[in-house]
Amino acid sequence: MKKNNLLRAVALFPFLIWIILLIVVPVILIAYYGLTNADGVFSLDNFRQFFQPNYLRVFGRSLYLALLATVICLLVGYPIAMILAGNTFKRKTLLVVLLIAPMWMNFLLRTYAWLTLLEGNGVFNTILQSLGLPKQAFLGNVNAVVFGMVYNFLPYMIFPIYTSISKIPKNIIEAAKDLGGGNVICFFRIILPLSVPGILSGVTMVFVPGVTTFVISQFLGSGKITLIGDIIEQQFMHAGNWGFGAAISIIVMIAVVLCMWLVNRFSDDSEVIMP
Amino acid sequence: MGNHIIDLQGICKSFGDTKVLKDFNLYIRENEFITLLGPSGCGKTTILRIIGGFEQPDEGRVLYRGEDIVNVPPNKRNFNTVFQKYSLFPHMNIFENVAFGLRIQKMQESEIRKKVMHALEIVNLPGFEKRYPDSLSGGQQQRIAIARAIVCEPEVLLFDEPLGALDLKLRQGMQHELKKLREELGITFIYVTHDQEEALTMSDTIVVMSNGEIQQIGNPVDIYNEPQNRFVARFIGESNIVDGIMHEDFRVRFSEHEFTCVDGGFAKEEEVDVVIRPEDIKIVSPEDGMLRGVVKNVYFKGVHYEMVVSSGNTDWLVQSTLMEEKGKTVGLSIYPNDIHIMKKCN
Repeated sequence: MKKNNLLRAVALFPFLIWIILLIVVPVILIAYYGLTNADGVFSLDNFRQFFQPNYLRVFGRSLYLALLATVICLLVGYPIAMILAGNTFKRKTLLVVLLIAPMWMNFLLRTYAWLTLLEGNGVFNTILQSLGLPKQAFLGNVNAVVFGMVYNFLPYMIFPIYTSISKIPKNIIEAAKDLGGGNVICFFRIILPLSVPGILSGVTMVFVPGVTTFVISQFLGSGKITLIGDIIEQQFMHAGNWGFGAAISIIVMIAVVLCMWLVNRFSDDSEVIMP
Repeated sequence: MGNHIIDLQGICKSFGDTKVLKDFNLYIRENEFITLLGPSGCGKTTILRIIGGFEQPDEGRVLYRGEDIVNVPPNKRNFNTVFQKYSLFPHMNIFENVAFGLRIQKMQESEIRKKVMHALEIVNLPGFEKRYPDSLSGGQQQRIAIARAIVCEPEVLLFDEPLGALDLKLRQGMQHELKKLREELGITFIYVTHDQEEALTMSDTIVVMSNGEIQQIGNPVDIYNEPQNRFVARFIGESNIVDGIMHEDFRVRFSEHEFTCVDGGFAKEEEVDVVIRPEDIKIVSPEDGMLRGVVKNVYFKGVHYEMVVSSGNTDWLVQSTLMEEKGKTVGLSIYPNDIHIMKKCN
């Protein structure tokens, strides 16, 4: 017994080092910077500074756009996940490859690619012009940012949902049909509730990076759409105000954890059976 | 017994290149407990799934009270299935599991409550409404699956090896309960199993299948006592199968001895299979026996002893409540009634 514990401790050691160096230490550092002023004295000034209308507006926009992107990802991703998990679609492997292939490419590269497609003299506008249609300003607006989020994060929505749908035993769905359930009833009373764990991890994996992204807003938003990630980046990289940047990071972290907690609470309650 | 409730006519079904069913014909009468019995891969589950509507036959018709229902989806058929692996809904409690079919019928809440409670009483699990499936044992889950199926008051209940995952004791208990349930409900049961004892215990009619074809249809006693061919004799219970020659009607020769039997209608000197159940061979003194042999092995089986008696080129399996010493020379005696003559197949 004792030997076993020792073995476990030894096996855990590399992981613990990893966690401490890459997660615990940075979080402590962020907390330190956020909670001290320029003289290294404890102060809440950095936090106080955040609660101004212009910062709050940016934060609100970040949450809203990330939520919008999450909802779109869910609406687009769920049917794809169902098709992947089903039997009727014959070219499943091809679809999976098409979905995964972009993920092999660097995130920045992918976003740059859309820049060349969408910009003023980009591919799409050239096509539009050759058809005699007016040029469109695809970039520099909210739509472009949300599009960028959906494009980049969609696979993270599809695959957890796909996994949880394909884990539903086939005979459970057959049992529902056997008891008189049509496709609609089977979906709403069996497939959807049983795929909630997949939906939750999909939502988390889209919403969290969505709230904190700054690359997408800078590239596709042409710098006109400021998100909270942009502000954090500015504070660290350009303004040199690490204390304020750290404070915003902590606030975002708390907000995200709160959101996730709410979502989980909500899903627990949803286990009460629908009529 | 009543009229035909289901008629299967000329059913063919292939999965890829494998022909699972070849021109399968069977009728099922109202209020019958019919069992499809056969080794795995014989097509019995496919038949059940075709009746349930989960599988479409490539050819042939499925008639329900004379009407072709091949294109009717499972949710529109008044049949309910008890699946092999319970298949309860894991996210619903027992009440909601059982109430599932009734809610789809948009029944009144008070009516649903009454019916669910009654169904839980029938399967002997009252008070389980609030529990979730994963907190139940295998036997309890299977009973809930039965409750969920009978609560919809179907005209036909389909069972796909429902007791396969249970241990022996539980299985035997459930067999008796199912038989009782059938008598109480007075509806048609179609039961699929590979367990011959289960089939013999419960059924009114047994359909023995192999390779997608019916080998024999009959009541349990006939199937056991009068197997029509070597396959059925092998599959149902244990038996001695030896080569014999029919001299004339009621006279058969095997193991270098001529016996009187009760079968006739074969050609003169036709080669036949002779089937003798191990419990039908009597051990007598060597002088009184029709055959003489040496006891080669003795196994204790609880109720009886099983002995292998070697006589000439044949090893006879003999069951008796009395044990004989290994190595002893004994006589074997067989009554004409117990000699079953079958046409050679192949």
